[in-house]
Amino acid sequence: MRLTVAALLRKELLVELRSLQSVPGMALFSVSTFVVFHFALNRNSIDGDLAAGVLWVTLLFAAMLGVNRLFVADAEEGGLEGFLLAPVDRSAMLLAKSLALLCFLVALELVAVPAFALLLLAPSIGQALPQLLGVLALGDVGVALIGTLVAALAVRTRARDLLGPLLALPLFVPIVIGGARATSPLLALGGAGEPPARWLATLALYDLLFGLIAFALFDFLLED
Amino acid sequence: MAALQVEGPGRPGAAGVAGLNAAVRVEGLARRYGERVALSDVSLTLQKGHTLTVFGPNGAGKSTLLRVLATLLRPHAGTVQVLGCALPREAWAVRGRIGLLGHEPLLYRDLGARENLRLHARLHGVELGRVERLLELLDLHRRATDPLRTLSRGMVQRIAIARTVLHEPELLLLDEPHAHLDPAAIALVQPLIGPSSKRTRVICSHDPAGGLAEADLVLGLRGGRAALSESAGRVGVGEIAELYR
Repeated sequence: MRLTVAALLRKELLVELRSLQSVPGMALFSVSTFVVFHFALNRNSIDGDLAAGVLWVTLLFAAMLGVNRLFVADAEEGGLEGFLLAPVDRSAMLLAKSLALLCFLVALELVAVPAFALLLLAPSIGQALPQLLGVLALGDVGVALIGTLVAALAVRTRARDLLGPLLALPLFVPIVIGGARATSPLLALGGAGEPPARWLATLALYDLLFGLIAFALFDFLLED
Repeated sequence: MAALQVEGPGRPGAAGVAGLNAAVRVEGLARRYGERVALSDVSLTLQKGHTLTVFGPNGAGKSTLLRVLATLLRPHAGTVQVLGCALPREAWAVRGRIGLLGHEPLLYRDLGARENLRLHARLHGVELGRVERLLELLDLHRRATDPLRTLSRGMVQRIAIARTVLHEPELLLLDEPHAHLDPAAIALVQPLIGPSSKRTRVICSHDPAGGLAEADLVLGLRGGRAALSESAGRVGVGEIAELYR
């Protein structure tokens, strides 16, 4: 199983590296959105709840671009059927895709968080950065699992570009709520506070719940 | 040829004792795509080591039959047994013993031949040395790192054939295997997928003479139904050509 996941993950990263179909688009989208917010809010800087909300909503919409592309190469080029013909555990695909999406999200945040700090954020992010990265990581795990599940469901339908966001966005709402509530004290103007433990626990539980649901359902989603 | 059993819709249960040694056994198979019937009441028995050639016009159900046998599609009616395993219940047991060469190469365009084949080698638990041997055998080693999107259709077809036989499958399911191949390339792939491979084969073909020459058993499909189902020795090219009229 470990070798299969490693082989599939390597393939995912190689295909993205060669085609650059997901991460550059996600990063560009997030930076553009911050610029739009900068002008739409008519404020030079934001902090606290508003800053946390803008950051999480932007990251989730940018993540949707990656989710929509996650199975496209497999479906259009037949790689998914190649995988289905192999005598391997189907969950290996779930793990590899989730890890690949997690890598894409980390790459997105490497661009988006500095851009956010530069374009919109009032307080300095330096002191709160380790905690912010922790909260983002918890949210990323949930987005990666839900995104993979939804992408696998949508990929075999003709309306996959529409179905993906329609299914994913409601499922992402608890992540936005938990992530924004946990991030808000870190982006407060008067100095960074601690992220509330209950929202961190909520994010972790949601990740666990969707991890279990994804493992239970993924096989069925890939079947005819 | 005596061991061959050919079942048409009008000959139910003809598999008999020979069915015990069957690589493929299909009875009353039906498959639909929504309302459209792709296969209806198709029956056949193919012995191990033999070749079944499937003829029929476009949309007759040839590719659907291959995809059902490959475990990619579920039968909607009838029974399907491949290499002793009932589908779809025991599909997990038969995957890895089948090699499917379809219209699509089932490869990634942004990866090279070596990367694609190594991925499949890892999925099938095949040692990586076999990838290099196949690249050499199919004269692909010089372009092995080039992304597939930069290669000709013929070269991609050769890589797809390498993928099909990489794990030494017992049953080959070949949909127009010589498509896009020049005569030299056909000669290269023959030891792997031709009669000398000694594997059980199901081949979809539009070439009556060529397909008949390779066949032990012939199945002609029209509108998803078996219009011709006979031992190859009892069928003429003319009868096969009739299917297309």
